[in-house]
Amino acid sequence: MTNTIDDIGISTTGERRAVVAAPGVAPGKDWVIVARGLKREYDMGGEVVRALRGVDLAIGRNEYVAIMGPSGSGKSTLMNLIGCLDSPNGGEYWLNGQLVSAMSDDALARVRNKEIGFVFQTFNLLPRATALQNVELPLVYAGIPADERKRRATEALDSVQLGPRLHHRPNELSGGQRQRVAIARALVNRPSILLADEPTGNLDSTTSQEIMRVFEELSRQGQTVVMVTHEPDIAAHARRVVVLRDGVVESDERREKFVDRVGIAHATTKVAHD
Amino acid sequence: MNTFEAIRLALGTIRTQKLKSAFTLMGVCIGVMFLIAVVSIVNGMGRYLKDDLVGKLIAINSFELRHRPNINMGDVDAATWQEYQRRKRLRDYEVPAVIEALPAGTRYAVVADAPINMTSSFGGGPRSVRVTGVEGAYFDIKALEVSDGRLFTPQEYAMGTPVAVIGPDVVERLFPSLNPIGREVRIAGLPYTVVGIAESQGSAFGMSFDNVAYVPLQAPARRLFNAEANMIDAVIIQSPSEAEMTEAMEATRQVMRMQHQLRPAQKDDFSLQTSDSALAFWDKLQGYLVLAGVALPAFGLVVGAIVIMNIMLVAVAERTSEIGLRKALGARRRDVLAQFLVESSTLGAVGAMAGVALGVFLAFVMRQVTPLPTVVAPWSVALGVLVGAGVGIISGVYPASRASRLDPITALRQE
Repeated sequence: MTNTIDDIGISTTGERRAVVAAPGVAPGKDWVIVARGLKREYDMGGEVVRALRGVDLAIGRNEYVAIMGPSGSGKSTLMNLIGCLDSPNGGEYWLNGQLVSAMSDDALARVRNKEIGFVFQTFNLLPRATALQNVELPLVYAGIPADERKRRATEALDSVQLGPRLHHRPNELSGGQRQRVAIARALVNRPSILLADEPTGNLDSTTSQEIMRVFEELSRQGQTVVMVTHEPDIAAHARRVVVLRDGVVESDERREKFVDRVGIAHATTKVAHD
Repeated sequence: MNTFEAIRLALGTIRTQKLKSAFTLMGVCIGVMFLIAVVSIVNGMGRYLKDDLVGKLIAINSFELRHRPNINMGDVDAATWQEYQRRKRLRDYEVPAVIEALPAGTRYAVVADAPINMTSSFGGGPRSVRVTGVEGAYFDIKALEVSDGRLFTPQEYAMGTPVAVIGPDVVERLFPSLNPIGREVRIAGLPYTVVGIAESQGSAFGMSFDNVAYVPLQAPARRLFNAEANMIDAVIIQSPSEAEMTEAMEATRQVMRMQHQLRPAQKDDFSLQTSDSALAFWDKLQGYLVLAGVALPAFGLVVGAIVIMNIMLVAVAERTSEIGLRKALGARRRDVLAQFLVESSTLGAVGAMAGVALGVFLAFVMRQVTPLPTVVAPWSVALGVLVGAGVGIISGVYPASRASRLDPITALRQE
């Protein structure tokens, strides 16, 4: 394997250079996500679809990354792999220092529970459960006792300004509020990454901006955020944009200076891939 | 996944899908209802036989030495019956040796009886009455008292005085508007003086225990009881405790075998009838009835199981995206499995509880409209609920395992 972590660096900021010397050694603590030669093929009735053809990607702690690409580019597949919902056919995937590409189903469930906070395009809240019960769900699977669950879920909802809506059911909430419940649910177990799949796909532009402000605030507080989107103006909120095409990384740019949507020029830097 | 939460979720599903749930629950409900009702009716019949019939005929801790049992619940085959017919009758001269062998504290009574016509010059025509000649502690053993008048004196027993204690039915027939005490009654034409009226002993299966008359065994009617005057029908022996009764039975058996000169290999040619032996056949029958009471509702439960399985499969299909979400949030296979199993067993248990309520109600109705003292057996309630939940679990296994094996990505994508 030629792609050691040493080869993947962020050129402009020297302090982010990886320190892993050899393949097979767990990447250091600076890296939340390290993917090496990630491949995923699907067998669609005899025809093999190569959704990912070898993706190398390293995402550091506290990064705010958007993954973009046209449909069929493999971005959904990549997101599923990053979210431990799926396992790669080839390559290695390290999440927060753990090699998850070889984990069993139950171990993956545990990783999803502890390390990943999902935010979906369609919110995916349980319709009959209240906001509080929805947010408690990951804690239930983490085996947290009921009173602590309630306390932590309330805190998480407070942090997305939904304190007064604890006992509302999803159909009593607006789209933006629903997505904020979903964000609270994603954050309640203090995951390593917040993984959002088209988080604004079902929202109008005002509400989308509202959700983006929540993401920005979370990023400012140190939360690693990865979101998959096909909307450039949503991706523009991220500080790094990874574009996939035909199952490989086409471009990977960091924005040194984060800018609002009004149009001030971004200072961008290519992230080096060998 | 918290069980309590899963149960609440299941109850929520039942609430929001009332019609579907009602059909789901019906099979289990009917099955459990019949289980409870049948068991309680069988129990009621058993209690009726024990308390109202055999209990009245055979006193506590007592047994009756007879040449053959007089309480037969249809369990005697032809060969046994022929053997009964060949048996020697008991004779009064065999009694003293038996009494001699009994442990101290044992009470006994000698009895001969037959249906005999009774008449009086005060009331209606002749009436066939079960006339019982008694000697010894008969009234003590049977705990039978007089509602008016008195029982026999030792002298009357010894002398064979023609005195009688008559039952309420006889009073009603032969002395419609008179106090019979001190008046004459004729037993097969023989004049007797009524000295007492026996208290009512009720009835069983429409058969009155009050159409009776008691006379001292040695009184003139004696020759009418059996073909020969020294024949007797039974020696009733009562011990102070069950252990002593066993001892008394063994002593009686040895004495009787000796008197009948039986070799060790020969079977007893007499019977020691206890309430247990009288009820032995019932106990066997009860086993079959309970089995039927369990087997028939089982069909209902099988139907219930199939319906629950179907409903759960639909529920899994409807909630595919929920399952995907739960998996994404960290639910393991066994968490999903447990959720659906708890849900289906809750469905089953709720159905079972409805069945218990209906079964108890059915048993109550039976008690009100029939003489059967139906008793709901607590074990049948417990069994009913357990079986209901069990049916739920069994029928939930397949849908739940299907749910637990869903691929989270595919499941999430489904709307």
